[in-house]
Amino acid sequence: MEENKSPIMERIAEANKAATTGIDAKDIKNWIKIYIMGKAYTVPADLTILTAMEYAGYKFVRGVGCRQGFCGACATVFRKKGDYKLLTGMACQTRAEDGMYLVQIPFSPAEKAEYDLTKEPYEASVLIKYYPEVVRCVSCNTCTKACPQDLEVMDYVQAAIRGAFDSLSETSFDCIQCGLCAIRCPAEIVQYNVAQLGRRMYGRYGQGVPDHLRKRVKEITEGKFNEDMDKIIKCSIEELRKIYTEREKEPE
Amino acid sequence: MTQTKTDTPKPTPTNTSKIPYYPGCTLKTTAKNFESSAIAAARALGIELMEIPRWNCCGTVFSLADDDLIHHVASVRNFVRVQEMNDYGLVKNENRLVTLCAMCFNTLKSTNLRVKNNAEDLKKINDLMYREEDYQGKVEVLHFLELLKSIGFDKITSRVKKPLKGLKIAPYYGCMILRPQEVGIDDPEDPTIQRDLLVALGADSVDTPYKRVCCGSYQTVKEKDIVAELAYDILSHAQKEGAEALATVCPLCAFNLDNRQKEVKSKHPDYQEMPVFYITQLMAIAFGLGKECYGFDQNYVDPRPLLQSKSLIEKQGS
Amino acid sequence: MIKKVQITPENDKFLNKINELSGQVVTLCEQCGTCSGGCPLVSEMDITPSQWMRLAQLGLKEVLDFKAVWVCASCFTCTVRCPRKIDVSKVAEALRQIILRKAIDYIDLKAIPKEELACLPQIALVSACRKFTG
Repeated sequence: MEENKSPIMERIAEANKAATTGIDAKDIKNWIKIYIMGKAYTVPADLTILTAMEYAGYKFVRGVGCRQGFCGACATVFRKKGDYKLLTGMACQTRAEDGMYLVQIPFSPAEKAEYDLTKEPYEASVLIKYYPEVVRCVSCNTCTKACPQDLEVMDYVQAAIRGAFDSLSETSFDCIQCGLCAIRCPAEIVQYNVAQLGRRMYGRYGQGVPDHLRKRVKEITEGKFNEDMDKIIKCSIEELRKIYTEREKEPE
Repeated sequence: MTQTKTDTPKPTPTNTSKIPYYPGCTLKTTAKNFESSAIAAARALGIELMEIPRWNCCGTVFSLADDDLIHHVASVRNFVRVQEMNDYGLVKNENRLVTLCAMCFNTLKSTNLRVKNNAEDLKKINDLMYREEDYQGKVEVLHFLELLKSIGFDKITSRVKKPLKGLKIAPYYGCMILRPQEVGIDDPEDPTIQRDLLVALGADSVDTPYKRVCCGSYQTVKEKDIVAELAYDILSHAQKEGAEALATVCPLCAFNLDNRQKEVKSKHPDYQEMPVFYITQLMAIAFGLGKECYGFDQNYVDPRPLLQSKSLIEKQGS
Repeated sequence: MIKKVQITPENDKFLNKINELSGQVVTLCEQCGTCSGGCPLVSEMDITPSQWMRLAQLGLKEVLDFKAVWVCASCFTCTVRCPRKIDVSKVAEALRQIILRKAIDYIDLKAIPKEELACLPQIALVSACRKFTG
């Protein structure tokens, strides 16, 4: 695989080396000033907000998770120098910039409704029954602007109001439930909860069970894979390692 | 015949014309029958109602506070969609936006008038929606009834295959297509547009002074008893004048006058149930368009017995 | 019912607030009663539209204690009939907004029974939330 030779990537790699391997501060070439909850810190340039905060001495016990932009734990709200716009992003995926003013929102308060999917009709009224506040949507688009995943949140809320489960599910599919939309919504809707119920309904009622899944479950219950499973369970660590490295791989 | 208070829209050409159409949330769910019958009836008249892409709830009812702007954003966003339909060639030079739901009509048209008369407010709304193109103020909001009137009721009569002979219908207007005057499509005290349509379809139109009296609207959420009383007044007066059914163009009026007959009956045991049609369902029957588009399963009081008694639909499997 | 009131600058302030929110000049109301006569919901109200107009004209905050404006269905019958062309519906909205903007909602979505929520058309809930929640 070719190495990425872009100058920006090199700078980031350099800067991260200092923060993660404990090299002396004097080896860092570029510095920036960021304001974490109003207090100024000088940190190496080109770190993510998360690693910049760690460099500044913050130790995360909440508001951190996969560090890969997938779990939704490190939701951050910030403003850039000279710009009034309120911006959002995942701390682990957003570069810290000079003059950034930031705060973390490690949790957005929301109650999840209790429901039994098997007892509900596949209709728009289900979403309104459990989350009636969804009809308060004023289509202001604040949720879409707040989404760190660039999802069209307003569109899926609108789909929810009229029971379009398919477009609700497709549009909200990559939601990581970080809560930034819910925190900013003037109508006090918890968008990700509505979407979750919608996707669950869609999965159960809107899409059938695919044939290949049905077939595979049948094979498993009939014991087709029992022998192979037993073999693997009995393997030692070295044997497992060998099996793994020599496995059949998909072509690149 | 009374004059409408708004400009008469341009007549549509005789071949199929495409016109942007705003459904509103309820027409996709509890009032699907309103939409299906209307789309079919429009098609029979050479009009393709083109649903605007990515529309959002208009946020009915129109906010009456002078300083409120956020509640108008939803409607303006829909007008931008009409502009986009023109930009992408889905329609050609067509700035009219037709809607079926009377409440959506009122909200969209009121907002349109508000932003057209107030450049500063429009600028603020455009700025807030900075991710959209600016609304230029050229959209014209129409109710479906106005579109029909511009086609001409004689043209509608010429399309009728099965005149609604002997069917006595009381047209019910409610509030949203009549008031306030700058928004209304007909005389607020004595409207006649639905009467003209019913006559064109061959039905007997029954006049009642309650045709323009409010059904109670959103009070149905918390005060269903108040709505039941209003519904009783409207329905029983129509019956006294000889009506066999009501015709309406508003899904909330339809709910209050049709579904709430359950509450009416429990308060007035002598009351006889009466079906409530969407006027487009009557158009579909008169045009002979077939039961796929009637949607009678969604009507609370089943209109089939009445229609069968007038030989307007088949007795079996309708 | 005869009542003696002392009009203070407080009353003036409240009157101005109502005029501002509604965009109407409530002092133009001549108390003819046409709005009350035509209102389809007046029998359910504790005061009539003419009465809330009068209280508004005097800038009396007690107008907010009555249930009348919450029974209003925004049907605009009063608006189209007022001989002085006052938009009475907008005055009712102003009175509701003064309360709603204090985060005091008139309806509680959680109190609506689930069976009702499941059968009400969206249009009913959307409009009820617009009128009765802040």
